[in-house]
Amino acid sequence: MPTVTYVQANGNSHEVNLDAGSSLMQGAVDNMIDGILAECGGSCSCATCHCYIDESWVDKITPASEMEKDLLTCVSEPKDNSRLSCQIRMTEALDGLVVHLPVSQF
Amino acid sequence: MESTSRCIIVGASHAAAQLAPALRQQGWTGAINMISNEYFLPYHRPPLSKDFLTGAKNLESIMIRPAAAYQKANIRITMGVSATSIDRANKRLTLDDGETLNYDKLVLTTGARVRRIAIPGVDLAGVFYLRDMHDAQQIKQSTGANKRAVIIGGGYIGLETASALRKLGMQVTVLEAMPRILQRVTAPEVAAFYARVHAEEGVNIISDVQAVSISGEKRAEAVICQNGAEYPADIVIIGVGVIPNTALAESAGLQVDNGIVVDEFARTSDHDILAAGDCTSHFNPIYQRHLRLESVQNASDQASVAAATLCGNLNPYSALPWFWSDQYDLKLQIAGLSQGYTDVVIRGDINGSRSFAAFYVNEGKLLAVDAVNRPQDFMLGKRLIVQNSPLDMNKLADDNVPLKTLLVS
Repeated sequence: MPTVTYVQANGNSHEVNLDAGSSLMQGAVDNMIDGILAECGGSCSCATCHCYIDESWVDKITPASEMEKDLLTCVSEPKDNSRLSCQIRMTEALDGLVVHLPVSQF
Repeated sequence: MESTSRCIIVGASHAAAQLAPALRQQGWTGAINMISNEYFLPYHRPPLSKDFLTGAKNLESIMIRPAAAYQKANIRITMGVSATSIDRANKRLTLDDGETLNYDKLVLTTGARVRRIAIPGVDLAGVFYLRDMHDAQQIKQSTGANKRAVIIGGGYIGLETASALRKLGMQVTVLEAMPRILQRVTAPEVAAFYARVHAEEGVNIISDVQAVSISGEKRAEAVICQNGAEYPADIVIIGVGVIPNTALAESAGLQVDNGIVVDEFARTSDHDILAAGDCTSHFNPIYQRHLRLESVQNASDQASVAAATLCGNLNPYSALPWFWSDQYDLKLQIAGLSQGYTDVVIRGDINGSRSFAAFYVNEGKLLAVDAVNRPQDFMLGKRLIVQNSPLDMNKLADDNVPLKTLLVS
C-alpha cells in the first residue's frame, strides 16, 4: 500500500498508508489529520482541502482540471504547487509522496 | 483535560463526524461516545439526492471515514438508539433502549427531519421523502428506466432528485406550489435559468400547483392537484423542506427558538450542553441576525467551534454560510444568504448558456452569489461579501472587468 506524508503548517508530519485509488483528501480525513476540512466531501466544490505538493513530486501528478485551477486561484496563499487534495488519486507510482498543508483553508 | 471526562454526542451526521475527531486533535483524552438513531456510520448526505441515486456512488463510497478510523481514535459509535431525555441536574442521558449514560459534556447534533405533508394517499407504497440513507435506498429500489416519477416540491432536493432520475431514464414531473421553483432561495432570474435547463433535459416542471391527494389502491398511481390535473406516477417523492430536531433540547428546558439556541461558542443555555449543525440557531455577525442553516458547511464549522470550546479554546463562530447543488452538468456554488436583496446583477449569459453568476446586492453591498460553473466568481464572491464595502455596480455587471479588481486589497 503506498504511503503519503502530510506535513502540517506547524511542522508536524504524519506518514500514512493509503489505498491506491483513494484521494489524498480522504487519506487526511481517515487519519484525522488537522488542516484538511473537505467540506464538500470531494466534489471539487469548496476548496477547503487545499494542499501544496512537495516540489519533488509536482511533475508526477496528473494536472488539475479547469474547474480545480479556477478554484485554486482564489484559495488563501496559492502557490504554483497548490492542488485540491480531493482531486488527486493515490497510485503505486506515488508511493512516498509528500504534501504540505496550508496554515488555513480560508 | 481530565481523562475521565466523558463527552456524549447525540446524532451521528456531518457535525458529529467533524466534532469527534476535532476533539481528539485538540487534546480531549476522555471518552467520546456518539449516539446514532441510524444503522450507518456517519455518511455524506448531499450525494443521496445525486450520485447515490444514480448509482455512481454506493454506501461505502459516501462514508465520511471508515469504521477503523473511529476505532483508532477511540471514538465509540452506538447505533440504532435514540436519546429520549436529558437529566441536566444529574448530567444523565436516557436512551430509548432504557440505558442511561452519564456525561460531563453533551453535544446535540440532532439535525433536522423532513417536513411531512398530510394529504390523502401519502402513506401509500411508492411515496417517499428523501433525507437519510434509508430513504435513498428505498427510492433507489423503485427507480427504473421509463418509470414515471412525480416530485412534489421544486426546491434544491426536488430538483437534484429530478436530475438524478432523468439520468436513470425516468419520466420526471416536478410540482411546485409557489409561482416558481426555488422561490424561497433564489432570484426569479436564477429560478428561470433552472426551469429552462430542466426543460431542456426533459423534466416537466409545473409551478403554482397544489398537490391535494395521491391516488392508488396499494401503490401510488397518480398525484392529483387542486385544479383537477392528475399526474400518473410509479413513484412520488416529496421534498418540501425540513424541521430542526429540537424536542430533546426543549424537554430538557434548553432555550429553543427556531432551532436550539447557541452562542458564538456553540454553547446552549446550559454551558455543559453544546449543539451544532442543522438543529441550531445562532447569531451570525456577518448578517447581524439569528440564522438556522441547513448545510454541511454550518455543521462542520460549528462542530469545529464546539470542539474547541470543549477543549478550553474559545474561538467565536463567524463563518460565511455557503452551499452547493449539483444538477446535470451544472455546478452551483452559493456564497452567503440573499434574503433582503434589492438588486440582482448577472455576469455571463444566463439565458443562453450554462454558466453565469448572480450577485445579490443591498445598498451597493454584496449579500450573496449564486455561481453556476463559475468557481472563481464563487470564491471571489465569498471574499467580496466578507469585505462588506460598497461595490461599483457597473464594474460588477461587466464581465470584462475581472472580479478580482473589485477586492479592496
